[in-house]
Amino acid sequence: MKLIIEPGRTARNYWRDIWRYRELMYFLAWRDLAVRYKQTAIGVAWALIRPALTMVVFVVFRRFVGIEPGSVPDPILVLAAVLPWQFFSAALTDSSGSLIANTNLISKIYFPRLIVPCAAVVTTLADFLITLGMLAALMVWYRFAPGWQILLLPVFILLTFGLSVGSGVFLAALNVEYRDFRYVVPFIVQFGLFVSPVAFTTANVPERWRALYALNPMVGVIDGFRWALLGGRAPLDLRAVGLAIAVTVFFLVLGVWYFRRVERGFADVI
Amino acid sequence: MSDTVIRVDHLGKRYRIRHQRPEPYTALRDVIADKVRGWWRGAADQPSVEDFWALKDVSFEIRRGEVVGVIGRNGAGKSTLLKILSRITEPTEGRVELDGNVASLLEVGTGFHPELSGRENVFLNGAILGMSRVEIKRKFDEIVAFAEIERFLDTPVKRYSSGMYVRLAFAVAAHLEPEILIVDEVLAVGDAQFQKKCLGKMDDVAKAGRTVLFVSHNMAAVASLCSRAVVLRGGRLELDDRPEVAIRSYLNDAGNTGRIALAGIPRKGTGLAKFTGFHIEDARGVITTSVQSGDDVRLVFDFECEPGTLGRPIDVGFGVHGTYDEVLFVLYASYIGKSLSVSSTRGRFVCNIRRFPLSPGTYSVYPRIEINAVEADFPQLPVGTIEVVDGDFFGSKQRTNARGAGPFLVDGDWNVES
Repeated sequence: MKLIIEPGRTARNYWRDIWRYRELMYFLAWRDLAVRYKQTAIGVAWALIRPALTMVVFVVFRRFVGIEPGSVPDPILVLAAVLPWQFFSAALTDSSGSLIANTNLISKIYFPRLIVPCAAVVTTLADFLITLGMLAALMVWYRFAPGWQILLLPVFILLTFGLSVGSGVFLAALNVEYRDFRYVVPFIVQFGLFVSPVAFTTANVPERWRALYALNPMVGVIDGFRWALLGGRAPLDLRAVGLAIAVTVFFLVLGVWYFRRVERGFADVI
Repeated sequence: MSDTVIRVDHLGKRYRIRHQRPEPYTALRDVIADKVRGWWRGAADQPSVEDFWALKDVSFEIRRGEVVGVIGRNGAGKSTLLKILSRITEPTEGRVELDGNVASLLEVGTGFHPELSGRENVFLNGAILGMSRVEIKRKFDEIVAFAEIERFLDTPVKRYSSGMYVRLAFAVAAHLEPEILIVDEVLAVGDAQFQKKCLGKMDDVAKAGRTVLFVSHNMAAVASLCSRAVVLRGGRLELDDRPEVAIRSYLNDAGNTGRIALAGIPRKGTGLAKFTGFHIEDARGVITTSVQSGDDVRLVFDFECEPGTLGRPIDVGFGVHGTYDEVLFVLYASYIGKSLSVSSTRGRFVCNIRRFPLSPGTYSVYPRIEINAVEADFPQLPVGTIEVVDGDFFGSKQRTNARGAGPFLVDGDWNVES
């Protein structure tokens, strides 16, 4: 194998390298999980407490503002949206800070840097799968059976994953280039919770605003989750899903393109 | 098949140094502020940028199975060269061809996590260094045996002693099987015994026909391991020759370095003479950073003095202080009944110590000089340290194992009499 190092030529076989280093991605994700569950005394419980409390607050909030409970129990309706939202927001937060957090690796070892933010998303995916168990338990408690639509749930998980990777990779690269970008990420996450249909549903949004509203990719994602989990009892606007897919692809392309452009300089500026 | 495995061709690396900016990174607020300011003034207000070539026009070739040392002062470009060869950073110009897979050890234990157990860290670190899970599993027992940590496999590494930590980290790295191995100063860790083991391992690597590029300040290691050495100076390749020749050239150059280092130290004395540098050498006169107990050592003090002091009686000496800055011993020329004088305004005072009598540890050196019995220079901070590692002080063909003992080793003998 002959390797040539020249300016402006980060290994022609970049994508093959990523494949070769896929185990590293697995190990990095595994490290973050192992450390998290070793360090916090309550361990796995921590992954459950956050969505559970968020769900309770939103259910109370819905009562408070007088949204009538529908055919689906409120806790299930809300949790079905809290889960993908927390997956996305945690993935975005972790992956955007992942390069800075792994400075020592980046300045000492070569590997395709794209692995680092991706591993961070994989870590949050594992957390997400644990919380999914909580939703299942809640459904059993309410004797709520999902329909055939649940078979399409993996598609929406994949969509969330793609969206997280795309925007996470983009923000991670920006974070290295402009170190004060880290102040922007919490704002995006906080603001996003209010403009995504988590506490409420898309049905609460006036008809004529929905097209504009669906520009937020999490609208299509969350509606998709609800539709798949609640046995079709939540309406699914295919245009919103289509838009979410388009935005996801856009962020994936933008994120990876920008990341690859600045990646070569990471070791010099980090 | 060509026998050249590393071909470096006119390699250069430029760093941009931005003045008036303490951080190496940019903040978005600055970029926006600059843009707005530029727009406001109608002209581009360029912040002053200075180019710094960490590496310039470096070319060399390395053949299969060669062990090549890279030596040079701090800032000569050694680390930059290794970083480019390891693909961590990319060159600004020139080109490198590497034939074969490369493993680089710029640090031992990269990615080790203190919370994880030794076992977990072996897998993590192995993956970071590019080993596959299957490969690590296959070599796992060997790695653990090499590191001598069998009993602590499931203990988090944060509870390891620093020696254990380093041994484990090196053990993982030592079991990589690359065709080209790039090593940076990792041998400067661990106790002498383990260092020897590491050197042996590297020797094996080379004997197996692999190529090693080895950066070190340890001239003894370079001399014994390498078949060739290159000297970097100010980012340029100064010399590419046999290790003895390269080391000599580096040392002649290194003699100048102390002056910069000692310039800022607070001093007492008239200043008619001044210490400008300090280093230690082994008995052959090779600069070293560490001494083995029982070895012959040369302490070398570079000095400069005023022309008016030539021929005057001089007394020079130094004190060696321990960990708590306690004085362990003092040695002046006058103690031995010698009165020195100098005949040129620059030179070096050399103190030969036979069978260095201190046990392993780090000791500081405080020199002092008197001219005509008047204090001329007395630096108020140590001019350097002596790193002492375990050695064969008693000539018993084994290490002294004097751990936990006092600082001194005394030449004695034991017998039973009735």
